Amino acid sequence: MSETVVQQPSFFQVKKGLFSWIFTLDHKRIGILYLYSIGFFFLVAAGLGILMRLELLNPGRDFIEAQTYNQVFTLHGVIMIFLFIIPSVPAVFGNFFLPIMLGTDDVAFPRLNLFSWWLYILGALFALSTLVFGDGPADTGWTFYAPYSVKTGTNVTTSVLAAFILGFSSILTGLNFIVTIHRLRTPGMGFNQMPLFAWALYATSWIQLLATPVIGITLLMIVAERVFGIGLFDPSIGGDPILYQHLFWIYSHPAVYIMALPAMGIVSEIIPTFAQRTIFGYKAIAYSSMAIAFVGYFVWGHHMFTSGMSGPAAIVFSIMTFFVAIPTAVKVFNWVATLYKGSIDIQVPLLFALAFIFNFLIGGLTGLVLGALAADVHVHDTYFVVGHFHYVMFGGAGFAFFGALHYWFPKMWGRMYNKKVANTAFALLFIGFNTTYFPMLILGLKGMPRRYYDYLPEFHDLNMLSTFGSWILVTGIIVMVINLFAGGIKGKKASANPWNGITLEWQTASPPPLHNFDKMPELPAGGPYNYPNAKNASH
Amino acid sequence: MADSHTFVLPNSGHNFDAKASKMGMWLFLFTELLLFGGLFLVYIIYRYLNQDAFLLASFELNVWMGTINTIVLLTSSMTIAMAITALQKGNAKLAITLSWLTILAALSFLVIKYFEWSSKFEHGLFPGMDHFDGLPLGERLYFYLYFFMTGLHALHVIVGGVFIAVVIRLIKKEKVTKERYSLLENSGLYWHLVDLIWIYLFPLFYLIH
Repeated sequence: MSETVVQQPSFFQVKKGLFSWIFTLDHKRIGILYLYSIGFFFLVAAGLGILMRLELLNPGRDFIEAQTYNQVFTLHGVIMIFLFIIPSVPAVFGNFFLPIMLGTDDVAFPRLNLFSWWLYILGALFALSTLVFGDGPADTGWTFYAPYSVKTGTNVTTSVLAAFILGFSSILTGLNFIVTIHRLRTPGMGFNQMPLFAWALYATSWIQLLATPVIGITLLMIVAERVFGIGLFDPSIGGDPILYQHLFWIYSHPAVYIMALPAMGIVSEIIPTFAQRTIFGYKAIAYSSMAIAFVGYFVWGHHMFTSGMSGPAAIVFSIMTFFVAIPTAVKVFNWVATLYKGSIDIQVPLLFALAFIFNFLIGGLTGLVLGALAADVHVHDTYFVVGHFHYVMFGGAGFAFFGALHYWFPKMWGRMYNKKVANTAFALLFIGFNTTYFPMLILGLKGMPRRYYDYLPEFHDLNMLSTFGSWILVTGIIVMVINLFAGGIKGKKASANPWNGITLEWQTASPPPLHNFDKMPELPAGGPYNYPNAKNASH
Repeated sequence: MADSHTFVLPNSGHNFDAKASKMGMWLFLFTELLLFGGLFLVYIIYRYLNQDAFLLASFELNVWMGTINTIVLLTSSMTIAMAITALQKGNAKLAITLSWLTILAALSFLVIKYFEWSSKFEHGLFPGMDHFDGLPLGERLYFYLYFFMTGLHALHVIVGGVFIAVVIRLIKKEKVTKERYSLLENSGLYWHLVDLIWIYLFPLFYLIH
C-alpha cells in the first residue's frame, strides 16, 4: 500500500475498437454491453406497449387486427420478461458493480461471463427472427400455455428456443455470481460485511440456478411436442395441460423474485447513501432476501387457482403466498426506518428509490388480493392482474433499474447528467406510470378481461385515461434516455465519490481502471454502511 | 499481465482457483439434476395415473441391452475416476489412456442405444407411426417419456464424451497437469452425473414390475 500510486487509464481507455468490446473479459465492459443490448430491447418492447395502449384508446378495432394484437402482446411479454427484466439488474449492474463492491477485479469465471452475453445475443436473435420467418411471432402470450402453444401455426418453436437459450445465459450469470461471492471477497469481508446489493444478487443467483432448469426442460418438451409429436401436454394425443401449467409456474413464479430481489438490493444501497446513515436492520434485510428466495419456491400454484386444483392444495398455496409478504414488509419497514433521523439529501436516485417503495407497495398489496382464494376467482385474468404485475415489474423493478442508472452513472462514465432534467424525467415517469396503470386496477375490478384488443363501451373512460398516461410515460422515458446520453458525452466531470457513499465502489476512480483498484480497498470499520459522522448507530 | 507498477489485488478473479472451478461445476450439476428433475416429476405423475399401461409397455424394452449399457456406463465411471487419480499422481500418459477408454465406453453405449431405438422404429413404436397411434393412452405416454428421457440422456453422453476429448487434448498440450487437474476432475464429475442419471433411468423404464 505504500508504493506510489500511478493513475491508471480507465477501463474505457485501455483498448479501443469493436472487437475489444465484444470479446472483452472485463466485467465492466460486459456490464455495459448488457446495458446497451438490454436498453435497446426495453425500448422495442416499450414501443409495442405503446401500440397496444393506442389500440385500446377506443373500443372496437382502431388499427390492429385481433390476431396481430395477440402477437404484439406476446412479443411485448417475451421481450420484456426474458430480454429486459430478468437480466436487467444482475447482468448490467451486477456485472459492473458486484466485483468492485466485493473489492476484487473480476467475476470468478470471466470467460463464462462473456459466453453468457453471447448466449443472450443468440437468444435475442432467435426471438427477433420470429418477426421475419414463417407465420410471424407467437400468439400464445408469454406463458406458452399448452395445448394452444402446440397447435398454433405461429413461430412458437423459435420463441420457446429463444427463452431456453436466454434461460441458459441467466443460469450461467447466477452460477458466476455465487462462486464470485464465495471465493473473491476482499480479505476481511465476511458474508455479514457484504453490501446488501451483493446479498440480493446472492439470493437471486440461487433462484436463477435452481429454478431456470425446470422451465428449460418444460420448454424443450413443448418443442418435442411440436416437432416430434411427443404428446406430454396436449390432451388430444395423451398429455395433461394442467401439468404444463405447474411446470411453467414452478420456474416462472420464482422468476418474479429474480426480477424483484436485485431491485430491492439497489434500494438498500441508495437509501443509506442519501440518508448518510447506517442501514436499519442490516441482517434483517440480508436474510429476508434469502427468505423470499426460499418461500418463493412454494407459491407457484397461486397462478392456477382457477385451472382446477384441490381445495387443500389451493389453501396451502394461498397461505404460502401470504408468507412471502412478511420478509418483503420487513424490508420496507427497514428502509423507512433508515430514513428516519437521517441527513436526507433528495437527489434523483433517492426519488427513484422512494417511487419504488410507493409502487411496490401497491404492487405487493394487490398481489395479496390475487393470492386470496375468493378474491382471485373474481379478478383472475382481468386487467387487475395486468395492473398488479406492471406495478411490481415496471413500477418496482423498472424504477429501481432507472434509479441504479442514475445512482451509478457518475461511477460508470465519470460524468454527471443534468440533474434538473433528470428530475423532470422522473416526475414524468412517476406521473405517467401511475396514470397508465392505476386505471387498469379499477378496470380489472369492474371485470374487463385481459388479452383482448376490444372492450365494452363502459370501460372507455378509464382506458382513455390509461392511454393518455402511456404518452406521459413515454415522454419521460425519452427525456431520461436523451439526458443520460447527453450526460455521458458532455456532462460535467464527476468526482470519485459524488454522493459521499461508503461502499467500496466509491473508493476507486470514476470511471474505474481496468483492474478496478489502484491500491488495496479499505473496508469501513463497523460494517458496510457505518457512516463516520452518523450521530446514532441505531442498534 | 501489465507493467510492474500496476497494483494487482490478491483476490483477483483471474487467478487460478481450483476450489472455485470445482464449486462452479457442482453448481452446474445442480442445474442438470433439476433439468432431469422436471422429467422425473412428469414420469412419477404419469406412472401413478397409468400403472398397468406403463408395466405393459415396459415389456417392449430389452432388459439385457439395458443391463449391458448399465455395466458399460458404470465401468466408464470407474475409468474416468482412475484417470483423475493417475493425473494427480503425475502419470499423464495413463490418464490419457483411461480417458480414451471412457470415450470408448461412451461410444459403445450410444451404439447399443442405437440398436435399441431402431428396433422400436421397426416395430412401429414412434409417435406418428400407425402402430404407435393405435396404442392405448398410458402406453403412448410411456414411450413419449422413454424417447424424450433416453434421448436427452444420450445427448448428455455425447456432450460428456466431447468434454473428455477436449480435456485429453489439453493434457497433451500440458494445459491440464498434475498441479492443475481441475478440468479433468470437472469432466469426471460431469461424467458421473451422466452415469447417475442412467442409474435412475434404467430401473424406471426397464426393471420396475
